[in-house]
Amino acid sequence: MKLELRGITKRFGALVANDHIDLTIEAGEIHCLLGENGAGKSTLMNVLYGLYQAEEGEILLDDVVQHFAGPGDAMGAGIGMVHQHFMLIPVFTVAENVMLGHEETGFAGRLNLASARARVREISARFGFDVDPDALVEDLPVGVQQRVEIIKALSRDAKVLVFDEPTAVLTPQETDELMVIMKQLKAAGTSIVFITHKLREVREVADRITVIRLGKVVGEADPKASNAEMASLMVGRSVELTVQKSPAAPGAAALVVSNLSVIDARNQVVVNSVSFEVHAGEILAIAGVQGNGQTELTEALLGLQQRVSGEVTLDGRSLIGRNVRQVLNAGVGFVPEDRKEDGLVAEFTIAENLMLDRSDTTPFVRGGTLQLKYLAEFAETKIGEFDIRAQGITTHVGRLSGGNQQKVVLARELSRDLRLFVAAQPTRGLDVGSIEFVHTRIVETRDAGIPVIVVSTELDEVAALADRIAVMYRGTIVGIVPGNTPREILGLMMAGELPAGSGVAA
Amino acid sequence: MSDSQIPSRGPLPEPLEVSQIPPSELAPEVKPEEESRSSALLREITTSNALLSVLAVVLALVAGAILIAFTDEDVQASAGYFFSRPSDLLTAAWEAVSGAYSSLFQGAIYNFRADNFQAGIRPLTETLTFATPLIAAGLGVALSFRVGLFNIGARGQMLVASAAAGYVGFAWELPTGIHLIVAVLAGILAGALWGGIVGLLKARTGAHEVIVTIMLNYIAFYLISFMLRTPGLLQAPGSNNPKSPAMLPTAVLPDLLGPRYNLHLGFLVVLVATVYVWYLLNRSSLGFQFRAVGENPNAARVAGIKVKNMYLYAMLLAGGLAGLAGVNQVLGTVTTGFSSGIDAGIGFDAITVALLGGSTPWGVFFAGILFGAFKAGGFAMQAGQGIPIDIIVVVQSLIVLFIAAPPLVRSVFHLPAPGTKRRSGRGKSGKSGTGTSAKPTKSAKAVNQ
Repeated sequence: MKLELRGITKRFGALVANDHIDLTIEAGEIHCLLGENGAGKSTLMNVLYGLYQAEEGEILLDDVVQHFAGPGDAMGAGIGMVHQHFMLIPVFTVAENVMLGHEETGFAGRLNLASARARVREISARFGFDVDPDALVEDLPVGVQQRVEIIKALSRDAKVLVFDEPTAVLTPQETDELMVIMKQLKAAGTSIVFITHKLREVREVADRITVIRLGKVVGEADPKASNAEMASLMVGRSVELTVQKSPAAPGAAALVVSNLSVIDARNQVVVNSVSFEVHAGEILAIAGVQGNGQTELTEALLGLQQRVSGEVTLDGRSLIGRNVRQVLNAGVGFVPEDRKEDGLVAEFTIAENLMLDRSDTTPFVRGGTLQLKYLAEFAETKIGEFDIRAQGITTHVGRLSGGNQQKVVLARELSRDLRLFVAAQPTRGLDVGSIEFVHTRIVETRDAGIPVIVVSTELDEVAALADRIAVMYRGTIVGIVPGNTPREILGLMMAGELPAGSGVAA
Repeated sequence: MSDSQIPSRGPLPEPLEVSQIPPSELAPEVKPEEESRSSALLREITTSNALLSVLAVVLALVAGAILIAFTDEDVQASAGYFFSRPSDLLTAAWEAVSGAYSSLFQGAIYNFRADNFQAGIRPLTETLTFATPLIAAGLGVALSFRVGLFNIGARGQMLVASAAAGYVGFAWELPTGIHLIVAVLAGILAGALWGGIVGLLKARTGAHEVIVTIMLNYIAFYLISFMLRTPGLLQAPGSNNPKSPAMLPTAVLPDLLGPRYNLHLGFLVVLVATVYVWYLLNRSSLGFQFRAVGENPNAARVAGIKVKNMYLYAMLLAGGLAGLAGVNQVLGTVTTGFSSGIDAGIGFDAITVALLGGSTPWGVFFAGILFGAFKAGGFAMQAGQGIPIDIIVVVQSLIVLFIAAPPLVRSVFHLPAPGTKRRSGRGKSGKSGTGTSAKPTKSAKAVNQ
């Protein structure tokens, strides 16, 4: 089915989110919508899906003008959407989720689950998905949940499938599998709209690429164009995709971790006897597929985990058995991987967030009283220094974009006297411009002679920053390799294999 | 991150030059569909803004007027011949409503029929007297709301405080001045301990404060009922009534404006308490940590704030403030001895007052005075116009109902949906709610971008 959007304009008050956007998706093509956060990609797709009503413009399917009052109309017309945040009910089975919204019923409203199960099996078989219709959704890995979403859309005979940033929640392997699925769908004649800001994925599957910036179509890109070309089209200026960094000048070992183990609330050993050192003035990247113990490892360093054994010393002083306050006071800066959940208080102002982890000590507090004047001066300085784009220091952090939120976290953590800096997934969900900024700051921190740990699931990021790379798999460190180790070897190590003769030294 | 979060409703709160700021700066990263559940509801209810509170009061008074008109006998009589002389009905309705509300005003603020100013102003002092315990208990409830605790145990905390302050007040013979101070402190301390139990259980075991406070209300009520019926404990000697002896004169809060008015020193104490809570929440390190825990306990924990301690401290303070309300009752309002009904529904009205005041200290102060005015004026309305005092309770309840449903009030007055507050509120609550989006694994949650 051919989909055409003509002159779509969507305004929110004074803000024009979509400004006369024209887009044509031919039948059986994968069309990428590329753009930074806030460029208007998802707004456009929500207009298409009937969630928003456009002020101007029209939607055509096979040259017939459509009017969608809600998602039901769009679904009926053959448009399916796989949301970034899955629209599934965790305690329902796969079949129940798939039938949700168009349940077949028998006598006295009895649900016809058998037909839903058959439907799931049939679609699974067609595309080689391995999905059990009776599995509870909450028990499934994220990648499989996404397939349930796809099955849900296909079970309603979707001819146009919209994927809204589908890879944001996936591991590299799951991402690869999704790419294969998208190609299969395409081969079966489905048109696909693929929203993303990850250049590598675009290059892999896209037939055509439309770049959107500030609510306007700024052009089409060739899938064969270089990353730098696409990035500059997206951002509107040329960007450094890899930070300039000089070779590390490592000093003495500052953080020494030996035989660290963490047991989680479900009695699982999530970090299993891990040992490593981080030297002053070097970046140790901890790579690995999400969920292999990296999160728990950083939390253990910060004193956020309850059941920890082993030894951690920072400049000779033990960090084990200390609470978070004591660890922070020992000079550990921490960028949590989920900045909105763990790093910031959305309802607080920028200024308040900047003092969040020094809420009971000087210089922000004297005699139990907040030093608001000092805080205001401090916040003004940091807004300038870290290029936080906001109306002022009293803007609520929840209103900032992801990139600016992360800058607030960085500004807070990097303005303390640090002896160790731990950044977990520091650029997750950020746009290209912000990634550049964050990476530059991390390298500057290293160059100031501070030991840095960067935890990342993105191999691009690991390669850009690391002086040494520790790869984690199932709670253990598979090996520690130099920063210039080839991707293929890292990939193998992330799957738990230790390549022979690769110069692995713990 | 997707960009569907560009403000989904209404205009932006402040004019922004789009050309200067890219949309990404304007777009909070939240999904409308993640709006969820109890935490969002609690936030919505507890942080309603002042305008909405005022409008809710106005709406409730209008609804009250309709009720008064319908229940008035003259109105009912004239309705029988409405089509022959419709003006009779309107006149009767107007007289009923205006009579009711003017007697409410005269009973609560200033009595124009009084001979002189001293007598005329008496209703206002009555209002403040009624408001005093409401404000104190309301401050306690509001404080716990701000830490994210739905404390509905003000009643139990008041009762325990009343018993402690009352016991010191009638049983201990201490010098003038010292006696009052000791009695007041005993009450506050008892309330703090009763609230502290809640904080301790919450911090140590994760017990839910709603269940714990409800049960502690029962425990306090029946424990004190028992003690009031048991000679040698709280019961007045030589009496069979479940009632304590009268307070000794040295333990009674002195009158502020002389013996012709009931207003007592407790009002000033409560005024000081309001200033203190304002300082605590807005200017102190402890209050900063309270608010951080209330808004996002996860981020507070990662920032080194001891969340469990904050729950304990907040409940100690909240209990102490509710205790102050109990103290005001036994040592100020009802000094002739107390029964187990000493809290007079103030413990629950305090929740209403805290909600109406948007959980801010000065909001609670004025909401408390409004409710004090309803109480003082309600009696006058009943006596003067024969309007059942229940109508006042209906009006009070309607106020809360309207506050709990801000979209209703907004649509009645054609107000735009507030951009900032709602959206940022969503951002936070969206993450805690897993209602529609499946995020069962750590990895899925972590990449919730």
